[in-house]
Amino acid sequence: MTTTDTAWERLVAAALLGTDRRPPAGARGAEAASTLLDAAARHTLRRRAGLRPGPAAVPPEPAPHDPRPALPEAARRRLDHLLAGRGAVPAAGRRGTAPDLAELLPQWLALAGERGYKAPPAALPALLDAARARTDLRPRALAFAGPRGVWLARLNPEWRFALRGGAGGALPDPGDEEAVRKLWEEGLFAERVALLGAVRAKDPAAGRALLATTWAGERAEDRLMFLDSLRAGLSAADEEFLEAALADRSRNVRATAAELLSALPGSAFAGRMAARALTCVGLDRTASVPTVVVEAPHECDEEMRRDGVAAVPPAGRGERSWWLGQLVEAAPLACWPARFGGRTPEEIVALPVADDWQPELHAAWCRAAVRQRDAAWSRALLGAPSTPPATGPGTSSLAERAQLLSTLDPAERARWVAAFVAAHGLSEAFQLLGVCTVPWAEPLGEAVIDALDVARDAGSYPWSFSGVMGLAERCLSPDAARLLASSAAVPEAEDTSPGAGAYWSEAFQRLVATLDLRARMRAELDGPPG
Amino acid sequence: MNATGTRRTAGQVRALAPDEASRRAGDGLATAGPWSGAGGRDGVVWGQCASSGRTPYRTVVDTAGPVYACTCPSPTSPCAHALGLLLLWAAGDPAVPDGAEPPGWAARRLAPRTAAPADPEAARRRAERRAARVTAGAEELERRLADLVRGGLAAAGRQGYGLWEETAARMVDAQAPGLAARVRGLGAIPGSGPGWPVRLLEECALAHLLDRAWLAADRLPDGLAATVRTRVGLPSVAAGPAVRDRWLVLSRTDTGDGRLTTRRIWLYGTAGGRTALVLSYGAAGRAPALALPVGALLDGELTPHAGSGQLRADPGELVPAPGPAAPPPGGPVGAALDAYGRALREDPWLESWPATLARVVPARAEYGWQLADADGHEALPVAAPDRPALWRLLALSGGAPVTVFGECGPGGFTPLTAWSPESPEDPVPLT
Repeated sequence: MTTTDTAWERLVAAALLGTDRRPPAGARGAEAASTLLDAAARHTLRRRAGLRPGPAAVPPEPAPHDPRPALPEAARRRLDHLLAGRGAVPAAGRRGTAPDLAELLPQWLALAGERGYKAPPAALPALLDAARARTDLRPRALAFAGPRGVWLARLNPEWRFALRGGAGGALPDPGDEEAVRKLWEEGLFAERVALLGAVRAKDPAAGRALLATTWAGERAEDRLMFLDSLRAGLSAADEEFLEAALADRSRNVRATAAELLSALPGSAFAGRMAARALTCVGLDRTASVPTVVVEAPHECDEEMRRDGVAAVPPAGRGERSWWLGQLVEAAPLACWPARFGGRTPEEIVALPVADDWQPELHAAWCRAAVRQRDAAWSRALLGAPSTPPATGPGTSSLAERAQLLSTLDPAERARWVAAFVAAHGLSEAFQLLGVCTVPWAEPLGEAVIDALDVARDAGSYPWSFSGVMGLAERCLSPDAARLLASSAAVPEAEDTSPGAGAYWSEAFQRLVATLDLRARMRAELDGPPG
Repeated sequence: MNATGTRRTAGQVRALAPDEASRRAGDGLATAGPWSGAGGRDGVVWGQCASSGRTPYRTVVDTAGPVYACTCPSPTSPCAHALGLLLLWAAGDPAVPDGAEPPGWAARRLAPRTAAPADPEAARRRAERRAARVTAGAEELERRLADLVRGGLAAAGRQGYGLWEETAARMVDAQAPGLAARVRGLGAIPGSGPGWPVRLLEECALAHLLDRAWLAADRLPDGLAATVRTRVGLPSVAAGPAVRDRWLVLSRTDTGDGRLTTRRIWLYGTAGGRTALVLSYGAAGRAPALALPVGALLDGELTPHAGSGQLRADPGELVPAPGPAAPPPGGPVGAALDAYGRALREDPWLESWPATLARVVPARAEYGWQLADADGHEALPVAAPDRPALWRLLALSGGAPVTVFGECGPGGFTPLTAWSPESPEDPVPLT
């Protein structure tokens, strides 16, 4: 210890105890205190003026190089705004005319991802915070954040999620067999699920083979999750594995295996289900008009159970109709035209059904059409879009209709929903709009704008349509803004009640502003590199 | 100056926003849709923006003032309408044609500002009265400090905050806000964790030094006397000859307590190498008027304030200048501490000194984060109470050397702005 340090220590000790008890040499009272403070000031300044740096710690491992190109300047500023705006919650009720930036972030990330840009390093903390708060953003945000995002996430425990598989970059290359095998055998459950998904996405057979190596030793709930991973890239090659899983110890695993098999119309399982279903459903040609007759199963035998049919119905359902639903749902739809004299799906769906079996039968066909991604049957079960939902053929449930729609190709889906909106307005269209691809193809965009105009003219309040408005802001093609110019104009004085008119024009202005912003977002990302 | 001379870039306009909500709202209004009758001329921009009511809002901006006037009820200034209008104008949108004739309501909104006439004799008498009160305050503070040291700091630690609050109030009465702030700082030290007696003694000694300096100010050199007056809390005045340069905006920091927002802007003279601090204030939630975006280059004059070791300056007219804005030259961490040490000779009350560190890497040490020389073995602790700033710095660095501007003092280095060698013309504000 140097003499200066010792002198300072003595000063501190004297000051702590007080100069009345520890007077400095040759001074008393207030003068003693002043002398001590003088000395302390000299020491303080000497210490400050003589400060030296400390030793450098071990530097961090540098972040891996990211070869992707940098964002154009304007796009980088836009990202900063979207990230800064995500935390704001609009005031209740009124949203004003400004676009809702938080809702545009997913779209921006998708566009930037398509173009292969790398994230600006300074934006990474906000990007990781956004992904932490919203799990739906994570895959795209983490892919965009890239290797430097993972590097940064290691330094902050709040961003641990970025290290857990998924798009975080922590997974080995699916082609690196040794690394894949090691992680599969030693990894945590979430890492293994992510790994299986990644391998399956690249090479379905390799994914199945990886699962088979440890299948027998996995816990029942893990087997269920792993089996579910086979849903992606499902093909006839998986049949043997799934057939074996039908004999699994766990009932849930058996049911999932059966569900996956039923999506393979050429499988032996599908053949067995078809045979069972065909004995239950037939055509009565003796009636005055040909009629579908249903004879539901009288028992759920051992073979049916092995094929995943649940024997015990949920409370409130009869067991025979429960069994029937499961058989028809799992039977390949291709087996029905022959059964009904070569009729098309439309004609089959149009046939009357005896003894009130229609709801049960059509609902099962709907589930089968969704599971087997069968557009022809979906089209038949959806019926004409102009038919009121309650009286249509297949199902009146909007959620199920949305699922049926998702099996149609995007253009046909947009046409169907456009016709539905034109016929029935927007109040029931929300879920159907949600399955249409973005940006909405014409004539859907025009139909939605027309319907919004109709709703305004009818004196409805815009907040009744806030869900559709929000969707329109995110999903309308920016080109549709020209159709909105007149709607967004400020209403004239004819509207004396302080209500709907002004709110509508505000809502339309926000819609226009959002479309404009989306068009700018896209143009910025396509702009000259920054 | 031509009509486009005062036209700001979109980034500069956004930097004017008093808060994030206004900035977002301004972005939303930066489309031609809601605007009518808009135009600009000689740095004045006007327009009518559709509102949710029957009457549109009328918005006028004088970019030279700047003066923002809008009929909307927004309490913030500039409001979202002013920001949206400026953004449209900055983008050269045809909805805001330049060189248009202002309508009557726009011209009326821009009444000229006039300064109050001054009476030198009355001002001198006021200054004398104030100096006498400050002297009484300094003497009182000396007595309190002496009592404190006589009775022992340990006892003071047990007495809590009330004693200090009362003394601080006396300093406010004595019109010595600088002393008042120092006393409040003393009151917070006993609760500031291990090692507080050392820090309390240091700060008491510096307060004592300031008291003695004030009481003997007539015997100090002019420069130091001016510094003492500023430290005690008398208004600092621009005195030196104006310095003309091409100034780089190094950093911008806002601090505030709800009633007053203080904006600190560090500028670097790219030709003369001078570093200057410009302050701007905003009352009652308003953004300070001066909104220089970090990384901008500005041509113009600064007038330094009086006092030795003082970097504060008042801006004259600053005009955006073209040219690449490279980071300022910097040095190793040791040079930053040396500069602080040298500056203490001019102003012993300095808590920090601006410095640019070249080629430093943020690294984790036992005590927290540090900035280490990439080409040496020395490091400074990072004094960043603001965690997001630290994460941005780390993200920018990625473990590689960066250039960092900040304030260096006994508590460590407070990073304010950073530059990556990959994009040296893009400063990243850390505040």
